[in-house]
Amino acid sequence: MTIQPNMKEEVRLMKGNEAIAHAVIRYGCDGYFGYPITPQSEVLETLEALMPWETTGMVVLQAESEVAAINMVYGGAASGKAVMTSSSSPGISLKQEGISYMAGAELPALILNVMRGGPGLGTIQPSQADYFQATKGGGHGDYHLIVLAPATVQEMVDFVALAFDLSFKYRTPSMILADGIVGQMMEKVVLPPQRPRRTDEEVRRQCPWAANGRKGMRKRNVITSLELESARMEEINHRLQATYRRICENETRWEEIDTENADYLIVAFGSIARICTKAKEIAEKKGIKVGIIRPITLWPFPSEAIQKAAEGKKGILCVELNAGQMIEDVRLAVHDNLPVEHYGRLGGIIPSPTEVVEALESKLVNK
Amino acid sequence: MELKDIMKEENKVYSKPELLENVHMHYCPGCSHGVIHKLLAEVIQELGLTERTVGVSPVGCAVFAYNYIDVDWVEAAHGRAPAVATAISRLWPDDVVFTYQGDGDMAAIGTAETIHAANRGENIVMVFVNNAIYGMTGGQMAPTTLIGQKTATTPYGRRVDLNGHPLEITNLLAPLDGTCYVTRQSVHTPAAVRKTKAALKKAFQNAVAKRGTSVVEVVSTCNSGWKMTPDAANKWMAENMFEKYPLGDLKNL
Repeated sequence: MTIQPNMKEEVRLMKGNEAIAHAVIRYGCDGYFGYPITPQSEVLETLEALMPWETTGMVVLQAESEVAAINMVYGGAASGKAVMTSSSSPGISLKQEGISYMAGAELPALILNVMRGGPGLGTIQPSQADYFQATKGGGHGDYHLIVLAPATVQEMVDFVALAFDLSFKYRTPSMILADGIVGQMMEKVVLPPQRPRRTDEEVRRQCPWAANGRKGMRKRNVITSLELESARMEEINHRLQATYRRICENETRWEEIDTENADYLIVAFGSIARICTKAKEIAEKKGIKVGIIRPITLWPFPSEAIQKAAEGKKGILCVELNAGQMIEDVRLAVHDNLPVEHYGRLGGIIPSPTEVVEALESKLVNK
Repeated sequence: MELKDIMKEENKVYSKPELLENVHMHYCPGCSHGVIHKLLAEVIQELGLTERTVGVSPVGCAVFAYNYIDVDWVEAAHGRAPAVATAISRLWPDDVVFTYQGDGDMAAIGTAETIHAANRGENIVMVFVNNAIYGMTGGQMAPTTLIGQKTATTPYGRRVDLNGHPLEITNLLAPLDGTCYVTRQSVHTPAAVRKTKAALKKAFQNAVAKRGTSVVEVVSTCNSGWKMTPDAANKWMAENMFEKYPLGDLKNL
C-alpha cells in the first residue's frame, strides 16, 4: 500500500499501530520522530514503508533515543509544525523531561503511548499501568496533558485529528494513551481522506508565536519554559492553570452504556472497557443490572458524569489493567458515597469477561 | 576640534551590530560569550540571514542568548539542542539553524545528541563554547576540565583516577561523514576574534549551501569560574588550554 496525495476515505483491516501511522499522514502531520520499542514499533515501520516525504512532504526520522525524539518534537512544535512521537511505557518515561518542557513552553504536539507492563523493563505485554504518569503530569512541574484513551482501532485513527486539534487549540501537548491490545489487534477501520499539509505560509499565519525565522522582519519569537523572576513564573503558572480549567470545562469526553437502569456501574477505559461490555451481558443473564462508563478523556476526567451516574447505585467496579490507578479519580468523583472496588490483572494478563463478572459478584453484589 | 565634529558617520570605525540587542548582558566582565554573541550577530546580519535564522540556546550561561541576538530562538533542555535543531532544520529546510552550546551541554549530558546529529549530517551549525567549567551552576568540573584544574567539584584539581580524562568532543566530530567543517578557534586577541568570525561565517555559509554539519569550537575563558582576572584568564587559557585544545581547522571540506 502506498500513499497518494489525494487519498479518499478507505475501509481497511489493520493493526492499531499501522492504522495510526496512516491516520497521521492523512491528517497532514508535518513530522514524526521516534525510536523503536515493543509493542509499538509498527508505527515507525509503517511510516518508513509509506515514505510520506515523497508525497505529503511529512518528515519521518528514527532518532538515536527516545530523549532525542521528544526533543525533536519540541523543536518541531516550537517552529509551529504539527509533530508527534510514539513510544511505549519505558520510552515514555524517558520522554517526560521533554514533555514537561513542551507543557512549560505551551507547545502543541501529539505523543502516543502504547502501554506495556512495568515497572522497569517490565514486559512487552499490554498494560494500563501508566495512568498515573499520563494523567497527573508525568514529568516535573504543575501541568497536565490532554489524554485520550482509544478502545478500538477506529479510535486510534479518529483521535489523531482530535488530539492535534485540541493541542493546537489550547497550545498544550496531547497524549493518546493506548495499550498493547489496541496497538496490536487488527480491526476494520475507516481511514479518513487525505488532508493537505499546511503550507509554510499557513503555519506562519496560524502560529504567529512560532520560531521559524523572522520572515518579513517581524519581531523575534522566543520559545522557552524558563523564567527566573518568581512573580513572572507564578503568572505563567496561573496562565497554564487557566488553560487547564478551560480544557476541563469544554473537552471532557466519555461514553455511557445503560447507566440509568443499572444497579452497578463499571468504570473502565481503553480496550478493557470492551471486555467489560461483554461482562455486562453475562451479568445481566444472571440478573445483575450493570451500566458502563468509559472515560474517553482520562484527563480531563469525567468526574461529574460519574458522580451523576453513580446516584442511587449500589456500587462501582473499576476494571483496569493495573493495580488500581483510575480508581482514585473515581473515588474522588463520588466522594466515597458508595462502595468503589477495583479489579485488575497485572503483568500483561488480560482478564476474561467471566472473571470481571466474578469480581463484580465477590467484591460488590455478594458482599 | 569639538567632539561633535569627530562623531560623524564618515569617521565611524566600529559599530555594534544591529542584531545585538541594546540590553545589559548577564555575562561576567571578561567572559568570552559577549564577543562570540557579537560575532554571531555580525555574521547573520552580513550574510542577510536575519529572516531565516533560528538559534537554539542551551542550558548553561548562554541559556539567555535569546535575550541578546535579535533572531528567533528556541531554548532547549540541557544537552538536547542538536535534537531540537535537527527537527527545525528538517521541517524548515530553507532556514539556517544553529545551536549554541557549552561544554557540559555538548560534551557531557548532550554527547549522544551531538554525535548523532553530526553523524546524520544535519544541516546545522554547532557553536561550542569550551571554557572547561560549568559557569552557570557555580564552577563545577566540565568534561573538558583539564587535569589538575581546580573547580567546585574538583577542589584539589581534576585527577585522572577519580574523574577520567578531558573529552575532546570536537576531535570526535571531525572524522564523522556528516560533518563538512570542524574548527577550533578562540577570541582572546583581536587576531583570534577575526579568525573566529571567519570560521562562523564559513559555517553559516555551509548551512546556506546545505553542506551538512559545521562545528565551531571556541576555546573560551570563564574568569569568574576560574577565579582569575580577565587578563590572567586569557593568559592561563593560552598557556594551558591550547595545548590540550589546539586551535585550527580539524576538517574543512
